[in-house]
Amino acid sequence: MDREKFLKLLPWISTPLLLLAIFAIWKLYTTVSGISEFVIPTPEAAWASLVDLVLERETWTVHVWITLFETLVGFAIAVVTGVAVGAVLGRIYWLELALRPIIVALQVIPKVALIPIFVILFGFGVTSKVIIAAILAFFPIMLNVMLGVRSVDPGHREVMRSLDAGRWQTFRHLDFHSILPYLFAGMEVGIVFALIGAIVGEYLGANEGLGNLVVVSLNDLDAPQLFAVIILLAALGSVLYFAVSGVKRLMIPWHESVIRE
Amino acid sequence: MATAELELIDVEKTYQSRKSSTLALTGIDLVVEPQEFVSIIGQSGCGKTTLLRILGGLIKPTGGEVKAEGRSLWRGESRDKDTVSRLGLVFQEANLFPWYTVEQNIALPLKLRGVGRAKRYERAHELCQLVGLTGFEKSYPRELSGGMRQRTAIARALSYRPGILLMDEPFGALDALTRDKMNLELQRIAEATKATVVLVTHSINEAVFLADRVVLLTPRPGRIRSITDVPFPRPRQVDLQTWPEFQNIARELRHQLDEKADG
Repeated sequence: MDREKFLKLLPWISTPLLLLAIFAIWKLYTTVSGISEFVIPTPEAAWASLVDLVLERETWTVHVWITLFETLVGFAIAVVTGVAVGAVLGRIYWLELALRPIIVALQVIPKVALIPIFVILFGFGVTSKVIIAAILAFFPIMLNVMLGVRSVDPGHREVMRSLDAGRWQTFRHLDFHSILPYLFAGMEVGIVFALIGAIVGEYLGANEGLGNLVVVSLNDLDAPQLFAVIILLAALGSVLYFAVSGVKRLMIPWHESVIRE
Repeated sequence: MATAELELIDVEKTYQSRKSSTLALTGIDLVVEPQEFVSIIGQSGCGKTTLLRILGGLIKPTGGEVKAEGRSLWRGESRDKDTVSRLGLVFQEANLFPWYTVEQNIALPLKLRGVGRAKRYERAHELCQLVGLTGFEKSYPRELSGGMRQRTAIARALSYRPGILLMDEPFGALDALTRDKMNLELQRIAEATKATVVLVTHSINEAVFLADRVVLLTPRPGRIRSITDVPFPRPRQVDLQTWPEFQNIARELRHQLDEKADG
């Protein structure tokens, strides 16, 4: 019991310590190596820049808002289409077989390499980033749902059959619950991919968003701000990931992946 | 004169694959009386599980007829709903839904039948008492031992008061001690519910201990080799297994099982 309590508290203790260690090493490196502060700023400079950034109203109302919007809308599109396509391909074996080479090929292409095409097609605005975020998040979600649809325990199916359950009843009590853990596994990867898609999209052409802020910082040779934006991005990604993970805990408290955490 | 609870008339099952067909069961004639306890034993691959699945309406036989309480189980390609609802099935694996608690698992068949919430849970608690799960109503299946999971599965099968309980090696995955205990429990539950029971097992002792009659199948193709009466009074105690009469029956069945099926 004590051990369990300790394990629950562990991340709350280890994370600040690790962050402290990273900053210490960072500080040590910048002082000892004498590296130019245009390349790697001191932690204090990055921190000061981060404080400025966080206190700036525009950071939230424009940049964070835009990136968050692109990520979440793209993610939502990916969840809806991923579930639909995954469910259909999981159920209709011949269709999946027919499409498999194309799906694998699409998987193998580094999708980030396609981003310029979407920027050309859909312009420099929000739309192209939403689409990129959606495409990146789509694949892990679709593939996991497809796997989930096929992984329903045959013994459980037999029980529903012996109880003479109808199609809808079987879906509601069996398939739905069986697929959820797979869907959440896909969504945990998908939300991070969506954020990556939005940011890389912004790198390649945008006037707003955190990705654009990275590019602006780089062009201004403002290394402290560059680091500050990256820290902000890491925080944003973590918040999104833990939000999905939290919903998972609520929805499937019975599942191994939740109990073991 | 009551009608037979279960009736198999010249049942045959052939498994058809593209290249070959395998005769799994042939010429199965069996009548199970109301409240009778029948065990089916045989070596692995003799078709005993197939036979139980045919009784449970999960497989349609390729020949012959299956009747429960005088009514045919199959009408063309579809199962007779009323007849199927008279059957309760328990499998080798408990097959509980991990996302539902014990009481939700037990109440599931009632929910499928549209029984109201209050009534469902009242029945679930009643069954928890019957199978010895009181206090575990709100537990999830992963928190239960193998024996308790199988108790839950039995309670689930009993929830809608089927007249006939069909069990496919329900205790096969349990250790020997738990198994003995579960056998006593099953005897008590069968008595209390006045259910007719058909139990498939590969354990001769289990078969003889529980049954009024033991049906022995021989493989390739599966057919009934013998039907043995087990006349011991009930309730039976575990030490019945040390009685010479019990051991005589068990020895004879062992002998028949070991025979080469040489037609």
